[in-house]
Amino acid sequence: MAKLSDFRVRVEDALANEEVRGNFRKAMDGLMSRRLDQFPDEAELERLRTQAMAIRSNSLDNLPDLLEKLETNLTKNGIQVHWAETVEEANQHVLAIMNKHNAKSMIKGKSMVSEEMGLNHFMEELGIECLESDLGEFIIQLDGEMPSHIIMPAIHKNKRQIAKLFQEKFPDIPYTEDVDELTQTARKILREKFFNAPVGLSGVNFAVAETGTLCLVENEGNGRMSTTVPPVHIAVTGIEKVVEKLSDVPPLMSILTRSATAQPITTYVNMISSPRKEGEMDGPKEVHLVLLDNGRSNIYSDPELLATLRCIRCGACINHCPVYVRVGGHSYGTVYPGPIGTVLEPQKDGLKAHGELAQASSLCGACGEVCPVRIPLPSLINRLRYEGVRQDQSSTKDSGSRRKTAEALTWKGWSFAAQHPLIYNTGASAAASFRKLMPSKMGAWTRVRTAPPIAAKTLHQQLKAKGIDNE
Amino acid sequence: MSKARNNIINRLRTTKPEPCHFSERDHLSRFNWDKEERINRFVERMVAVRAEIIHASKDDWAEKIAEICQEKRLKNMLVSPETAQGKVLYNMVDQLPDLQSYDHEIEDWKSEMFNQTDAGFTTTLGGIAETGSLILWPTKHEPRLMSLVPPVHIALLDTNQLYTTFSEVVKEQGWVDKGMPTNALLVSGPSKSADIEQTLAYGVHGPKELVVVLIS
Repeated sequence: MAKLSDFRVRVEDALANEEVRGNFRKAMDGLMSRRLDQFPDEAELERLRTQAMAIRSNSLDNLPDLLEKLETNLTKNGIQVHWAETVEEANQHVLAIMNKHNAKSMIKGKSMVSEEMGLNHFMEELGIECLESDLGEFIIQLDGEMPSHIIMPAIHKNKRQIAKLFQEKFPDIPYTEDVDELTQTARKILREKFFNAPVGLSGVNFAVAETGTLCLVENEGNGRMSTTVPPVHIAVTGIEKVVEKLSDVPPLMSILTRSATAQPITTYVNMISSPRKEGEMDGPKEVHLVLLDNGRSNIYSDPELLATLRCIRCGACINHCPVYVRVGGHSYGTVYPGPIGTVLEPQKDGLKAHGELAQASSLCGACGEVCPVRIPLPSLINRLRYEGVRQDQSSTKDSGSRRKTAEALTWKGWSFAAQHPLIYNTGASAAASFRKLMPSKMGAWTRVRTAPPIAAKTLHQQLKAKGIDNE
Repeated sequence: MSKARNNIINRLRTTKPEPCHFSERDHLSRFNWDKEERINRFVERMVAVRAEIIHASKDDWAEKIAEICQEKRLKNMLVSPETAQGKVLYNMVDQLPDLQSYDHEIEDWKSEMFNQTDAGFTTTLGGIAETGSLILWPTKHEPRLMSLVPPVHIALLDTNQLYTTFSEVVKEQGWVDKGMPTNALLVSGPSKSADIEQTLAYGVHGPKELVVVLIS
């Protein structure tokens, strides 16, 4: 038997872990039903989805112009802009800012782009501490884990597991499974860190070209803390996050928070347009924005795959994915899990590395139905399956690399037979006649399942018997 | 590194995506809610996220704030002596906890701010009924951390400034023409998290309590 890929090994482990599966099931069921409650009027939801798609499409249509405009306006406002083609370059920008201020630590608000950059790992190798301040990120950082969900990074853990983790890491604090008490423990520890941190780092939800404004949504206040208390604020984001006008923000915000966590709005919407001005009493004296490409401009060049860049990172596709809920976020082995990860990661890192994810989909279509910006995720997953084995229409890295000769020949044969009725019917009848000879074990599928028996009569024969002509 | 910039921009310029013309993009969401409905919806949303709502008139709001301070046994509160509303409070100091003014840079008194400040009082630029949100544009008199670091945030909202949606606020208050401030905020309740098992816990990093005094 062929050796299982790392992905399949992780999936098998995850499927066998009932506790973690239970944690995901409970969380995703709750998220799906609460999201639905936020959109009682279906027509209004569909209108808002079209509007959000139009806003994001407009951003992408004019992306280079808007990025230049964004840079001009941010610079005018006193925010320093840095461009990075690769994650290495982005990390170097952050490092240079850290070094300039002789900073040995940073406090972080939630940022998936910083995960993409592997920023924590990069900095820690150089002796610079990166402390996550979002409660979920704080928890998984304690346990040395990666986020298992882009919005709720510690969703794979239940409170008993978190209580045990806190007991192990903070032995002086009495053991508790009370969520309020666990939260207060994190508050106490992190307040001191906000107080002392020389640099705060955050992501960006939307960057407004028209006004040079960085918008961040959050519930905890750690985002505001990270971007207000330390004397230096570094924001990192992907080049696709720009929108043209300030009036583009409210509709996107409205569908983002409802799709993500079923909230009409998050506790805080934080709009930053400049560092501390003369006479102001607080806020960072320096604000930097690192704009990361990391493959995005390549995705941009394909008219179909371009839709990937509309994503506003709400996580609704993840919450509704029947595969994600079963295998969990860590199985994917990527920064972004679920349907959006399945589409984005192979385009970012190549089909050799992550093309297999496209196979882990039932193409049920739920992700495409809930996407607030109408990304046709199922079609894109299909497209990446195609690209994995064909090179003829692709700009995606490693296209064709997943092609297997035996598989390709099988499909070629099938395709030939399907075009030649005589061969097809002879083959089908033969399969029906000799069905007893079919082995009960046939590779991976039958390892954990019973092989379905072949019918005694072919479909054509059965229909003919009913008097239905195949012409 | 302008090389990276040029490479990225040049790569993007080699593609010209099919332009989209969706008229839906410019749809302005707003509702025909009269004042009473705006207030009701605002209050409903705020209460749902555990904010406290105090109804007051333009004559008695300051006394109501004094009552809240007593009830919560606040020892001190940050209040700007420069705003009209702050001046009213400074005129009745005997009924209020120790009023402190945030009139020097945070670096000079960070420790007191983080460890000894009980509450912050701020004015607002209005509210949003649909989402139950306060609009704050912090100034040098009412700086950013005033509504973030103290465990209690007390905010004053004039119900004449209650809009239906965020879209309406951006348009009606002319945010673009006015020019964006250093920091603009929407605050919709006390700080909270559901990161542990989707269970809501309040008072994570920001205020544990948000009190909105509504002036009708």
